[in-house]
Amino acid sequence: MSSAERPGGGGVVAIVRFPGSLDHASAARAVAEAGGTVAWAWHRDRELPPGTTSVLLPGGFSYGDHLRCGAIASREPVMDAVRAHAGRGGLVLGVCNGFQILCEAGLLPGVLRANRTLSFVCRQVELEVDDAGTPWTGGRPAGARLSVPIKHHDGAWFGDPGEGRVVLRYRGENPNGSHEAVAGIASREGNVLGLMPHPEEACDPLLGSVDGRVLIAPLAGAA
Amino acid sequence: MPKAGVLDPQGQAVRGALAGLGFQGVGDVRVGKRIELVLDGDDPVGQARAMCDRLLVNRLIEDFEVDVER
Repeated sequence: MSSAERPGGGGVVAIVRFPGSLDHASAARAVAEAGGTVAWAWHRDRELPPGTTSVLLPGGFSYGDHLRCGAIASREPVMDAVRAHAGRGGLVLGVCNGFQILCEAGLLPGVLRANRTLSFVCRQVELEVDDAGTPWTGGRPAGARLSVPIKHHDGAWFGDPGEGRVVLRYRGENPNGSHEAVAGIASREGNVLGLMPHPEEACDPLLGSVDGRVLIAPLAGAA
Repeated sequence: MPKAGVLDPQGQAVRGALAGLGFQGVGDVRVGKRIELVLDGDDPVGQARAMCDRLLVNRLIEDFEVDVER
C-alpha cells in the first residue's frame, strides 16, 4: 500500500469484528485520529488484511457472552492469523471483550471473571502505569496516571501476574475485584496487551479525557 | 464447576439469599453449569473430554466431570 493511500502516515490497523462486537466504530475513529489507517477484518477471515501492521480486538459481547466471555470468538479462524501476527512480534491490543478473547485464546495469561459485585460497572476510572517497559505507554513512567472509562460485567482478571507484564492497575477502589487490581496485562514479550478500560472512549475532549490516546498511538504507529 | 479455592460471587450471592430466607446451616455454595451433549460416536466420554479441553471448560477456573446416560 502506498503512503498516498495512508493519509495519516501511520500503520494499518486491522480491527477484527465478531458477531456481537460493539466498539469497533469508536475504535476506528480513535485509530484514524491517531494517524492510523483502519482495515476491517472479519471473524471468519483466515488472513489479516494486506499491509496490516497492528491488530485491535474491540469491545462488545461476541457470541452474546455465551459459555464464557470471549470463549467462542477465541476459537474462530481469524484468531490463528492474530496468533501468527503476535508470534512475529506485531502489536495486538484487546479492549474489554477483546481482552477476554485474548485470554481465552491463550495469547495473554489469566481469564476475566464476573465482577465481584455481579453488577455491570460503567464509569471513569483512574489507572496507574506499572510496567513502563512495553511499547504501549508511550514513555510514561511507572506511576503515571491515566483517566479512562470502563463498562463491563466480567472484568475481574484472575491469574498469575508473573506470567505476563502488568502494564496498568486500577488506582483507588478496585472497580471489579480484579486480582492485584490488574486493569491491563501484556504478554511477556510485551507486544500483546489486553485491558478492560476503553482507551478509544478517551480520545476526544468532549468525553472528558484524552488519556486514551497514549494507548492508541502505538497501535496506529504514529510516533 | 468453579474450582475449589476460586471465589464464586454467584455462590456467595445465593448463600446470602438462602440465609435471608431463613435457611440455617448453609456452608459454602457454589454455582456451576451443566452442558448436555448428544453424541453418536463409539467413545462419547473421550469425545466429551476433548471438547472440554478445547472449548467447554477453562481449566484455570473450572473443573468438570463427564457423565454418560444411554
